[in-house]
Amino acid sequence: MNSPRALTIRIAFLLLPIAISLAIGAVLVIAVGRDPLEVVDALWKGAFKDTRKIGGVVNFWIPLTLVSIGLVVTFRAGLWNIGVEGQMMMGALFASWGAQYILLDESLSPLLHVMLIALAALGGMFWGGVVGLLKIRLGVNEIFGGVALNALVNVISIYLISGPWQPRIGGSAQGTEPFPTPALLPEFSSRFPTNIFMIALVIAAFVIVMVMLNATRWGLNLKAVGKNMRSALLLGVATERASLSAFLVCGALAGIAGSYRVLFTFDNLRPLASGGIGFLGLLVVLLLSIRLLWVPLIAFAFAAILTGSTRLQIALQLDSSLAGVLQGLLVLFVILFHGVQEVFFPGTLGDEDESSAPHPKPLPNGSVSTRPHKEGGA
Amino acid sequence: MNEEFLNTLSSIVGTATPLVIASLGETITERAGVVNLSLDGSLALAAVLGFAAARTAQETGAIDAPMQIALGIAVAMLVGALIATLVGFSSIKLRRDQVAVGFVLTLLAAELARFLGADFTRIPGPQIKRFAIPLLEDIPILGTIFFEQNLLVYFSYILMFGIWFWLFRARGGLTLRAIGERPEAAYARGAQVQRLRYWYTFFGGALVGLAGAAYSLNVKPGWSSPPAMQGDGWIALAIVIFGGWHPFRVVLGAYLFAALRAVASYIQTNGLFIFGQEINFPFVLLNTLPWLLMIVTLLIVSGGLTERLLQYMPRAVQRRLRAFLRSDPPKALGARFEME
Repeated sequence: MNSPRALTIRIAFLLLPIAISLAIGAVLVIAVGRDPLEVVDALWKGAFKDTRKIGGVVNFWIPLTLVSIGLVVTFRAGLWNIGVEGQMMMGALFASWGAQYILLDESLSPLLHVMLIALAALGGMFWGGVVGLLKIRLGVNEIFGGVALNALVNVISIYLISGPWQPRIGGSAQGTEPFPTPALLPEFSSRFPTNIFMIALVIAAFVIVMVMLNATRWGLNLKAVGKNMRSALLLGVATERASLSAFLVCGALAGIAGSYRVLFTFDNLRPLASGGIGFLGLLVVLLLSIRLLWVPLIAFAFAAILTGSTRLQIALQLDSSLAGVLQGLLVLFVILFHGVQEVFFPGTLGDEDESSAPHPKPLPNGSVSTRPHKEGGA
Repeated sequence: MNEEFLNTLSSIVGTATPLVIASLGETITERAGVVNLSLDGSLALAAVLGFAAARTAQETGAIDAPMQIALGIAVAMLVGALIATLVGFSSIKLRRDQVAVGFVLTLLAAELARFLGADFTRIPGPQIKRFAIPLLEDIPILGTIFFEQNLLVYFSYILMFGIWFWLFRARGGLTLRAIGERPEAAYARGAQVQRLRYWYTFFGGALVGLAGAAYSLNVKPGWSSPPAMQGDGWIALAIVIFGGWHPFRVVLGAYLFAALRAVASYIQTNGLFIFGQEINFPFVLLNTLPWLLMIVTLLIVSGGLTERLLQYMPRAVQRRLRAFLRSDPPKALGARFEME
């Protein structure tokens, strides 16, 4: 395994997906008549030109890392929490409710922030819990439950924005009025506009979940459930409770991520305030084969691409969806090349197989297959 | 019967057609044991590229109108088929998880559609023409509802019967069901499991692509961002489950969803009157209905809830109702199969 050849192949398989996605990206850019180098330049400047831009990257990194950490938990338990986007949105709704109706003095602002973030976590847990109960109690596959609940919370937010919470003047479907100042999370400084408390919270969440997953019985149970539902049950693991707890933890983290979007990024509630960050989190975690350790780093890279892409429109009149295309290509090719390596170069794989939980194999009617799969003895 | 009501039913059949075709395509793919979760993105990408091809052909004027449509449809079908084949390849050859690859592809295809469609947003293009079938259109009631449509709609009827016939009356269909239910047994009896899975995935994907073209060239003409059919791919996937992987029930499910949507949009534009009394509530909430229906239908067909409720029914009814309500997936759905 440590032979030079094996090492070369490993490095090649690390770089190939990146090279191929960049090449395809370049072809696409040329196809719409632009210069790929200009795109790289715009992306880089859009993300790292000055400390304000870097602050912008951090502001994407915060919610993205939070949801990704949560998704590691649900994936560990073998669950596809596509509903994470809606859980973010429900967190944003709960925080928005609190921001408008819990009126505290400016001096009590920190207390208010804690209350709002807790509310958002509750909101996310609520929506995640619904997905979980639908799956566990009623047999509705979490992918479909999640998709439906994402759509439901979007309709609810549009109803609130165009109805009960519409601005007093010029009510439209654009967004609510900006929240009162005490509710808004403060900027660290105007040159580095981000929120330090939230960064600390992200780091804390990372450490806590890392410990919980790897050093507690709960983490062990989750892993057992994710690997094989039936044998976990036979071993005496309360599988339903483990699955539900994974949804609740992920929902809470997603809810907090949602609160950051409304209490910091936008200062009000907008339709689709979650902005696809939940789905991006799924990509981050899939890219990493569910390994928590690298989540903050990859999330930072993805956040940088996302922030940089906002400049594409201004500088090159290019649709910002190019960022999503690049991220999608990268994850797709990482997955595919992982397969190529496993099938055609067995033995060059590292020791990662232990740490990466297997992908769940849900059947669309909700039951996770408990039949033994016919795996080739490669 | 009221003419306005007939026209409404007719338009439901028309607007349901992309859902019908996409769900039938996915039915075939899943019957072979492969889940193509990329539907929502595939529909968008097929729609925008099909539209772009047809529109570009129209601008250059090299081919006449029917051929422009045909080109758009061909491009869309190819896009859908290629995406599905990628799902199949990654699962069959590379042993990747179908759900993971499908999900990544759904996001990727949606973003690609947005990116490539930027120059085709909100511009007119060729559209599929209505074509009433002589004689059949004169049948009272049914003629108006089913036979004053376009060729794509008629194709969806043929497709439904064709798939039913293939699945349950033809030898090839027997093999198809076998590779989705018990691939080992099918293999032992000489079926080329992997090759057939590729073909059915390709075929199902092509139908998904066709559904995409049905949106951009007919039901929701043109392209806009966010796409008009956003979410329909997920609904189509749910319809396949609701339909129990049976073409007739799948089509029924698609019409049900389209009908519910028609009711919701009718109320949103015309208001709601019950016994001449106007009922007022925030109509925007009606947009939750398709999604609530999705949850409810999945709950009924796949859940323990139905089972619990059945306990209270008389025994004679129980078995029939269970057979009617429950839907069980092909047993090897999503599972890999490897020859030794």
